[in-house]
Parts: sequence; structure tokens; C-alpha cells
Amino acid sequence: MKKAVTGAVILILCAVLMIPVLSLSFGSPAVSQGMDDYFIAHGQEQTGANNIVTGIVFDYRGFDTLGEATVLFTAVLAVGLVFRKLKRGEEYEYE
Amino acid sequence: MFYNLPFIAVAVIAALGIVTMLLRQNLIKMIMGLSLIESAVNLFLVALGYREGGIAPIFTNAPAGEMVMPTVQAMTLTNIVIGIATTAMLLSFVMVIYRKYGTANAQYMRKLRG
Amino acid sequence: MNMSRIVRTVADISFPFILIYGFYIVVHGHLTPGGGFQGGAVIATGIVLLVAAHGHEAVARQITGNLLKNAETFGLLLFIITALIAILLGQGFFTNWLANTGMLFGTPVAFGPGPGDLNTAGVIPIMNIAVGIEVLGALSIILYYMLSGAQEAR
Repeated sequence: MKKAVTGAVILILCAVLMIPVLSLSFGSPAVSQGMDDYFIAHGQEQTGANNIVTGIVFDYRGFDTLGEATVLFTAVLAVGLVFRKLKRGEEYEYE
Repeated sequence: MFYNLPFIAVAVIAALGIVTMLLRQNLIKMIMGLSLIESAVNLFLVALGYREGGIAPIFTNAPAGEMVMPTVQAMTLTNIVIGIATTAMLLSFVMVIYRKYGTANAQYMRKLRG
Repeated sequence: MNMSRIVRTVADISFPFILIYGFYIVVHGHLTPGGGFQGGAVIATGIVLLVAAHGHEAVARQITGNLLKNAETFGLLLFIITALIAILLGQGFFTNWLANTGMLFGTPVAFGPGPGDLNTAGVIPIMNIAVGIEVLGALSIILYYMLSGAQEAR
């Protein structure tokens, strides 16, 4: 019974998600490409980096990378708070 | 039929991830579902930027030819790192929940304890 | 928790090569596929290999958690300071203030495919190294924290 429900839900979700998939075509992007063409044409001269992806990540979208590094730092802080060393005789409090 | 096989793979992986998150009761398995959805999003972004016959957007010893879109690859890089951070946080929260309730099954931790 | 002698020896032998490969990916981030995040993840994988072979306590005596924590903080600080120097020079935040100046990392490049020069790309190599140090510290310290939690629960 449970397996039948799971299989039915998977089939329905796949069918629903196929609707946008069939309107896309692999190999010819249907989105605006002006920004990417600009990066490919001018990125090498402006940043000096041969790798355009690194040029975008660290130069054109530097704020994005700053936020990303901050998210990683915050995750480390949270994990460290969860697994902190307890003092002798201290118990975990949950509420 | 197979001209957009990557997008079909994206749909199947995303459906499996959503079903795992909805129908499983173990919290670790729900996190696995979330990771599956993340992978589907990464694959979707990279497949969206592909141009027919394009090469990687790197000029070092590159052959002549059209290049694929670089911005989506930068977004994918961001997404991977943030996915790692959220997965680590969620797993440690599951560890806290396991310490309190003694189980990682979502069914037994519904009731509110004052 | 110790693996057999064969596993420990192979892990010891392959750790320096993993380290060098990671640093290569970090330093050549602006020329070849790779960059700070990928190279840092590769180096963290080397530490994971050591932990899997020798156990958590033996590795944590050599590569302490404080060292990794300091590495993470230092990487983030270097990243932000590199971005802030552009403001002191009268330009915008995150401006590439070293590119095409002829100084360190400042050789101008022409458009088109080429062999690639390590001394280009301005602040991008510096930021690559900073982010590499940060990701190396962050991933390893997350692993250390989780392992200490698992040992406590046992």
C-alpha cells in the first residue's frame, strides 16, 4: 500500500515536472545571453584572468562571494555552538 | 525524445527528492532528499547554460569556437558551497534532536513539551 | 579506532601529494579549471583521509582545531581586506585594483586563447588563496566538531 502510494506520487510529480522540461531545448538557451557574451568578450582584458568563471566569481560578482564566505563562516559557528565542549558536570538544556 | 535528456534527468531527480522529503519519516533521509533537490538545481543550471558545440569558458590553450555561458557556472559554484553549509547545519541540528528525543523519527517528536 | 598498517602507510604517503594538488588548483585558479573553493575542498579531503586512517585524536594532536579555526578567520579577513584596499585607493568596493597595472599580478593580457601567465589577473589570485585557506579551515573544522560530537554520544 505504502509502496503503491510512493510510486504513484513519483509518477505524478515526474509528469508535472515534464511539462516545463518539454518546452526547453538542450543546446540553445532560451534566456537572454547579452551578459554572458559581454563577459566572454571583455572579461579577459578587464580582469586579466583566462578563466572567465573565476573572473566572474571573484571580480564581477564579488559581493556574492563575500556573502557565500560569510554563510560558510556562520555555518561553522552554528556547528561549533551545537557541539561545544561542556563544562564539568554541566548538562544540556533544551528549553 | 533524447534531445533534452539532461532536463529530463533534472525532473526525475527533483521528483525523487521531493517525494523523499514528503514521505520519509527519518530526518536524515529528509536531509538526503534536500541534497537530491540541490543536485537537481545544480544540474539544471549547468544544462541551461550549454550552447551547441560550445567549449568551457577558459582561454588557456583553448581551441577556437563558441563558449558556453559562464554566469550560470558561477552561480552553481555558489550553490554548492551554500549547500554544504546548510547540510552541515541541518545534520548537527538532527544530532541535537536525537539527544533530546532519543530518536530521529519525525513522527515521535510532534508533541510539544512545555 | 585504527585502521591497518597498510591503510595508514598509504594515507601518509598520499597526503603530501593531495596537499600539493590542492595548492596547485588554488594558485592556478585564474588560468585552469579550479579556484579557491575547489582547491580548499581537495585539501580538506586530504585531512579527511588522515582522520579516516589514524583516528580523530591522533590527527587532532598534530593538526589542532585551533590552527584550523585561525586559518578560517585569517582567510576571511584577508579576503575582506583585499576588497577594502580598493576603497583606500579611491575606487569602489571589490574593484580589481591590481589588474593591468604592471605590478604584482598585473601583466596585461590580450584577448584570445593563449598559453596563460601566472602573473596576471590582479586581486583574483590573492582572493583565490584567501578563499582556499578559508574553505580548508571551514570544512575540516566542521568535520572535527561532528567527530567530537559522535565520540561524546558513544
